[in-house]
Amino acid sequence: MRLSPKLVSLSVLALLALVAPMFFPSGFYYRIGALIFINGLAVTGLVILIGYAGQISLGHAGFAGIGAYACALAPVHLGLPPALAVVLGAALSAGLAWVVGRPILKLQGYYLAVATLGLGILISMVLTNESQWTRGPDGISVPDLGLRGVLADMGWRLTAGQFWYWFSALVLFIGAWLALNLHDSPTGRALRALHGSEVAARTVGVDVARLKLNAFVISAVYASVSGSLLAMMNRFVTPEIAGFMHSVEMVVMAVLGGVGSVLGAIFGAAILTALPQALTMFHEYEKLLLGAVMILVMIFLREGLLPSILRRFRGKEE
Amino acid sequence: MADLLQFLVSGITVGAVYALLALGFTIIFNASDVVNFAQGEFVMLGGMITVFALAAGLPLGLAALIAIVLTAGIGVLLNKLAIEPARGAPVVSLIIITIGASIFIQGVAQIVFDKQIHRYPGISGDAPLRFAGATILPQSLWVIFGATAVFVALWLFFTRTLTGRAVLATANNRLAAALVGINTRYIMTLSFGLSAAIGALAGLLITPITLTSYDVGIPLALKGFAAAMLGGLGNPFGALVGGLLLGVLEALTAGYISSQYKDAVAFIVIIGVLFVMPQGLFGRKSTERV
Repeated sequence: MRLSPKLVSLSVLALLALVAPMFFPSGFYYRIGALIFINGLAVTGLVILIGYAGQISLGHAGFAGIGAYACALAPVHLGLPPALAVVLGAALSAGLAWVVGRPILKLQGYYLAVATLGLGILISMVLTNESQWTRGPDGISVPDLGLRGVLADMGWRLTAGQFWYWFSALVLFIGAWLALNLHDSPTGRALRALHGSEVAARTVGVDVARLKLNAFVISAVYASVSGSLLAMMNRFVTPEIAGFMHSVEMVVMAVLGGVGSVLGAIFGAAILTALPQALTMFHEYEKLLLGAVMILVMIFLREGLLPSILRRFRGKEE
Repeated sequence: MADLLQFLVSGITVGAVYALLALGFTIIFNASDVVNFAQGEFVMLGGMITVFALAAGLPLGLAALIAIVLTAGIGVLLNKLAIEPARGAPVVSLIIITIGASIFIQGVAQIVFDKQIHRYPGISGDAPLRFAGATILPQSLWVIFGATAVFVALWLFFTRTLTGRAVLATANNRLAAALVGINTRYIMTLSFGLSAAIGALAGLLITPITLTSYDVGIPLALKGFAAAMLGGLGNPFGALVGGLLLGVLEALTAGYISSQYKDAVAFIVIIGVLFVMPQGLFGRKSTERV
């Protein structure tokens, strides 16, 4: 019997998340795990946009910024509970993506990259400059989600690190499940068809403009929720979350692991999140290494790490 | 009126640098269809190498020459090590490669040089000249002079020399150029070297005015790209006009609207140009064949 790739991906993900804490030497590792899951969530959104639909974005950190600042500002100024602030952020991101996506997604290649990049930078500029709201480049504190307190009342006491590990793992699992379902749905097939050739897809009746817009909006929501989670875990956020470097990191995580598959992209997020933590003594060399990795992977492992590794294994079996 | 003149002068000075950056983009794009996001690092290298050569006691002329030659060498290396091996890769890969190169060069620069902000005195000193109520740094005139000289020299190179015409032919149609015996790989290498040298020159001219540090490259690259798109990607004349226009728009925004949002102009221009006239002011209309 052959298991469906969806089931394999989800099982591997759940298994790794459940087993990993057994090997954590200290509570600090829960935090790194949570960071991996939160980055993995944003990257899963990019799999839908880049991997399925074949459209690049260098501005998705902007949506993460919107999600993060919604959680910082909405509870204080609108009196919303933090959980609803996450929804508000996602709705704002989706709305913005929907409005700007229509004209932007007509563009291709470099033009699309630069237009999305401009969008992201404009968002981060607003977050930096409107300091009467956002407190500017120094950042702003974020209210607690409150769920941990509820769990403690029910007799389930977790440290902050543990709580965010399990909570973000759950959110990532749901996100990955949705993305994998989308992959096999008619919409997912249509997205992959327009990735192959827009003209051919249009000829067989795919509404190319609408589908590209849908993928853009969905991936913006993923990025926004990931930004919200990051802000609430850190209880603090600065405009850097919306910056160009964060956008680039997201795309590199996705492409490094293998942007065609959800599991591959999350693998990329894990590597790029864990590596700087493991190499803190090489902090000076972080940029140099990141740049070198980007170049080398794109030249030698164009499909990304995970697909290339899997192919090698399969090649041996045959 | 004096205000306006002041804004125009500073706008044209910065615009001349954007024009040189846009020209660098144009040269590489024409030769290889690659948009080189590492273009801003050439400007950074031009400034930083000059700073450290001066600190080592070399005279300005020699320091500038070393900066230009070294940066051109790095441009050639970039092509040989990162762009040529990825020939035929999809656009997304090429974008990541050149952004990766940009981050890599920054990473090397912060180790080889340092993370401080640097400047050195202008070529003709730093005493401002007064003109109709506006103050002009003599270095501004050097920047404008340098940009003019580069554009004139390149125009002569492209129209009067065999190599220059080979570059144009390659830009028009690489396959056809190769068929008539043009070594298109050499043309690509030449284009990267030339583009890097132009970036370095822009960097060493503007450093006395805007200062430099290891991380100035990426914002500059984005603005240079905005200028290139405004003028029409692939057109050297468009690069000149686009650069100057962007510089003046920025200066006017800073002067009359908001200095905080000065840097937003370039990105609003990018998005606006893409929506309204994707081929830019002087670009050719292109249709895609299926």
